[in-house]
Amino acid sequence: MTSALIYALTGAALFLIGVAGLILQPHLLRKIIGFNIMASGIFLVLVGLGQREGSVDPVSQAMVLTGIVVSVAATALALALARRLLDLTGKMRLPGSGEGMPGKKPDA
Amino acid sequence: MRDPAPWLILFPLIWASLAFLRGQGRGGRLAVAGLTIQLVLAALLAEQIASDGARSYTVGGWGAPLGIDLYADGLAGVLLLLTQIVALPLVVYARAYFAIHPDGISYFWPLTGYLLAAMNALFLSADIFNIYVTLELLGLTAVGLVAAGGGAGPVGAALRYLLVTLLGSGAFLLGVALVYGTYGSMSLQVLTPLINADAPAAVFIAAGLMLVGLLLKTALFPFHFWLPPAHGGAPAPVSALLSALVVKASFYLILRLWLHAFAPLVTTVAAQLLGFLGMAAILWGSVMAIRQTRLKMLIAYSTVAQVGYLFLLFPLITDTNPAAAASALQGGVMQLVAHALAKAAMFAAAGTIILSIGRDDITRLGGVSTRLPLTLFTFALAGLTLAGLPPSGGFIAKWLLITGASGSDQWGWVVVMISGGLLSAAYVCRVLRQAFLSIEAGTKFSPVSRVLEWSAFLLASMSLLLGLRSTEVLGLLESE
Repeated sequence: MTSALIYALTGAALFLIGVAGLILQPHLLRKIIGFNIMASGIFLVLVGLGQREGSVDPVSQAMVLTGIVVSVAATALALALARRLLDLTGKMRLPGSGEGMPGKKPDA
Repeated sequence: MRDPAPWLILFPLIWASLAFLRGQGRGGRLAVAGLTIQLVLAALLAEQIASDGARSYTVGGWGAPLGIDLYADGLAGVLLLLTQIVALPLVVYARAYFAIHPDGISYFWPLTGYLLAAMNALFLSADIFNIYVTLELLGLTAVGLVAAGGGAGPVGAALRYLLVTLLGSGAFLLGVALVYGTYGSMSLQVLTPLINADAPAAVFIAAGLMLVGLLLKTALFPFHFWLPPAHGGAPAPVSALLSALVVKASFYLILRLWLHAFAPLVTTVAAQLLGFLGMAAILWGSVMAIRQTRLKMLIAYSTVAQVGYLFLLFPLITDTNPAAAASALQGGVMQLVAHALAKAAMFAAAGTIILSIGRDDITRLGGVSTRLPLTLFTFALAGLTLAGLPPSGGFIAKWLLITGASGSDQWGWVVVMISGGLLSAAYVCRVLRQAFLSIEAGTKFSPVSRVLEWSAFLLASMSLLLGLRSTEVLGLLESE
């Protein structure tokens, strides 16, 4: 098993853990952390698969940097919205919309 | 200007930044001026594509692989032109709307500008990583617009929309990573000849991940759960922008990848599955629309249903005879254009009605026919397009799709399309029936400006006239 493959498989596992957290956890902070774990997994796949015979590929590194900037901005927006929602409703979870959202049942 | 393409991205960025510097609620005039110029640029680009074929542009003289390439073919030309044509009347509408009802205006103008810049950049992107970045920008600005409505409902809807859109672009980016790991390139031009049916499993997984990510963002059934609260709860100009244009951006990407780079990976099973999801979206969205009590939620569910039509395209273009496939593709793109115009008009008309009577309740629409005849007429014209009655653009779209389905002997889809049309007529007529009742005691109509009524009417009449001018649109689509 090459090191590239180990990185990629670890990244894929992190992606799945993050997605599961994003979908299944009702608490908003956990959802946002789930998104960050998912993003880290993707970046690991990008960097891991990007190396060629041990030498570093600058293009994939540049992509990961861009990706980190995007995910930091998205996290900030999500946190700001979550805080606003907490101020408005007093709850750190999404309000129910009535129909089928896995893991997000309407607040009784 | 010899190359309008980069200016279509730079212009909205510039006026949005200026509007941001001027502070909250300012910049409406900048937006109208900026969009007028963008419309001219888009028309110029469309003309160049129609006469000389697809164009590419190297930003700053730095070509791929390190620099950024822009690429515009017929499909991109149609969408760029459509975006500016829909956005200009909406911006005029929004100025009049927020003059009466300033709630939610805060950063509407800069966010709209950034949204348009992201969308234009998305249509022009030539590599899959840039597509990811523009998708993310589009998602973040759209979420900002939804949240600007304030209140627990819109903020909750915006947060859910944000999480869904992040999940979607995350799946897309993982697909990009796998494609890059396999081929060492992200440029669509380089990838298209490399990808073939014997590609390694990683590429099939990548294509699947990218497709699922884009389906989430397009809100195809069963991924539609986030759309009605987000589109139905936002201020009317925002709902119109999101429903008419933003969901189309991710559909454009599915179509583009499906037709070109990933075409060898496409299987009939996948195409049929997309068709079935489209069918489920048409039926479920229409039934839910009929059951709504709030006008804007009805229109939002109608978007869920109309998005379904777009996906009926895939079973008709995959492994069928070329004539049927060509007709179906034209029908799909016409449906996209007709729906964008009609839905923008419909949300704008609904916004005018709600502004005037001060509430969003379908059972209390009595008297609209006498007090707001032009707005109701607008709503009805848009409904005509959604139901696909002649001579509207929606009729041409459904006619071409039905021709494609009958040409490839897939008669089942014809039944779906016709029953979908009947269902849309049902929910449009439900609104019209209430509007023709006499005024209830206690309903007061406050006067609305003519700009609100006429800008919506302009959009609706374009969706109708599209039926008469469809050859121009289809001609532009054909130019490769």
